[in-house]
Amino acid sequence: MNGNYIFSLITVVVLGLLAFFGTTVFGLQYLFGVIVPYACVIWFVFGILKRMLGWANSPVPFRITTTCGQQKSLPWIKQNRIDNPSTGIETIIRMILEIVLFRSLFRNTKSDITASGKVTYIWEKWLWVGALAFHYSFLVVIVRHMRFFTDPVPYLISMLEYFDSLFKIEFVGEVVGTSLQIGLPGFFISGLVLLAAILFLFSRRVLISQVRYISLPADFFPLFLLMGIAGTGIFMRYFSKVDIISIKELTMGLATFCIPDGAVLAGLSSVFYIHLFLVCILLAYFPFSKLMHMGGVFLSPTRNLPNNSRARRHINPWNYPVKVHTYDEYEDEFREKMIEAGLPVEKES
Amino acid sequence: MNDKLKVIAGLIVFFAIFSYPFWNNIFNKENPEHKPVLSAEAEKAKECVRSKDYMTKEHMQLLDIWRDKVVRSGERVYKYGNGKEYNMSLSNTCLGCHTSKAEFCDRCHDYASVKPYCWDCHIDPKENK
Ligand code: HEC
Ligand code: HEC
Ligand code: HEC
Ligand code: HEM
Repeated sequence: MNGNYIFSLITVVVLGLLAFFGTTVFGLQYLFGVIVPYACVIWFVFGILKRMLGWANSPVPFRITTTCGQQKSLPWIKQNRIDNPSTGIETIIRMILEIVLFRSLFRNTKSDITASGKVTYIWEKWLWVGALAFHYSFLVVIVRHMRFFTDPVPYLISMLEYFDSLFKIEFVGEVVGTSLQIGLPGFFISGLVLLAAILFLFSRRVLISQVRYISLPADFFPLFLLMGIAGTGIFMRYFSKVDIISIKELTMGLATFCIPDGAVLAGLSSVFYIHLFLVCILLAYFPFSKLMHMGGVFLSPTRNLPNNSRARRHINPWNYPVKVHTYDEYEDEFREKMIEAGLPVEKES
Repeated sequence: MNDKLKVIAGLIVFFAIFSYPFWNNIFNKENPEHKPVLSAEAEKAKECVRSKDYMTKEHMQLLDIWRDKVVRSGERVYKYGNGKEYNMSLSNTCLGCHTSKAEFCDRCHDYASVKPYCWDCHIDPKENK
């Protein structure tokens, strides 16, 4: 038992219960279906603006050349142009590769002690694999969700749905006494990969003692939140079933600013409201948490600055004229006293 | 010196993508009608194979179970609460009552962006007449 994750888990459960009782007992469908989503989107936009503009106003430091390859040097020494770029375009390539392939994570190592008592470093690639699986399935799920916000649904989104459900997972039968049917609606592989990747990233934080030691509620909370979102999504698509047409009437209403009448809102399942509320919490939490690495990764100073300190002079941006008192001036000021005290001076008078 | 201009350019791109659901619908006219229309046959029958709520949410599950029963165990008769018996057939039973696929099934499906692959093999009796 660890207070850090129990606390986060309880928070997410309480938030889910809030949406559940809010819509089933107190009839607050309008609050959870319209007011909270709009409020959270506005909060998200202003939060992102505030954080990014705060960062934009910070001075860019000197080149931080934590490089992973040979720097541009003499002509017969081969430069590693992507890992140690010296021009803008090479740096852009390094940034793109960092953002789409997580190359820094790829280099992740783990220290261990061998049988003979020596320290070794092992290439640890599972974090990289888990992170890639998580981020890409998350992206696919979000893009697919655009079918709720567009009418007619663009071809590219239908295409993505088609490929995502191309791998048919089908089952009709009984599991522990209840009949279970999976296969229609088509099974989206990305939803499953998303949940599996979150569970993997979570178990990593719990099972590896060093990682557990540095994990805080701020690390567990987003994981539980996403588990809740993906879990409720999968639950309502394949198990509890929801009325997609009415949901789309609400989501289209939100996107076009003409909210459908109360009967549509009242008819929606509470699982949907839990799903939506947890997404709203995620949006609201996003700008003020570690999730801001989405914007922050673009500003990584060790990745987005070309290593050209030897070719170009970089003036410290926060230099101001410093008041100096040179030795000549010092001697001018104290010459007589120095001569009196017998100290050596450079000019006699 | 700082990278304010680049950050602002990035923010503009981000918000242009993020607000996609809002601006996309300004340029696209919504499908005028997505509510399914009940055919004369269905109106006469008054009720579906199961309750309306179940049909709206779970008709694909029902179809899958029908398919399984027919193809795997050779049962062709479906009985449920209301005591009526139905022949478990997609083209004959469902489309026999919901006679216009285009005005019933397809309206919903186009709206929700679902494209059942069933029609690769099964026929819409109307279309082929
Ligand atoms: C009330 C609107 C509505 C009507 C009417 C309707 N459907 Fe559907 N149907 C849906 C929705 C929404 C889905 C997708 C559910 C989801 O994504 O969870 C769906 C999914 C399906 C699927 C599964 C498709 C897949 O690959 O995921 C089949 C098969 C299907 N419908 C058959 C039919 C047939 C046959 C009819 C006409 C007799 C019909 N439906 C009428 C709304 C409707
Ligand atoms: C005997 C005629 C009949 C048959 C057969 C029939 N239906 Fe229906 N169906 C109806 C009627 C009538 C309604 C409207 C029920 C209501 O409004 O209470 C309906 C409603 C529906 C709805 C909900 C529409 C909505 O507006 O939400 C769906 C989906 C549907 N049927 C699909 C099917 C499928 C799939 C089959 C085959 C498995 C089928 N029906 C077979 C008569 C029929
Ligand atoms: C590859 C072709 C093919 C596809 C695709 C297909 N089916 Fe079938 N289906 C068949 C065949 C063949 C039978 C057997 C017909 C029989 O014995 O009467 C059948 C039988 C059925 C039956 C029972 C018998 C009848 O007359 O309808 C149902 C219900 C059914 N399929 C539903 C579906 C649904 C729902 C889909 C889409 C999700 C689908 N099928 C897709 C080929 C196909
Ligand atoms: C962070 C954003 C979100 C994530 C990660 C997420 C995740 C998921 C997942 C994993 C599923 C299971 C099915 C699938 O794989 O698509 C799902 C289904 C669903 N989600 Fe979301 N979701 C998000 C936002 C939203 C929003 C904003 C809405 C609507 C307002 C929404 C409405 C739905 C609905 C209606 C379903 C059921 C789909 C169906 O039955 O076909 N989701 N979600």
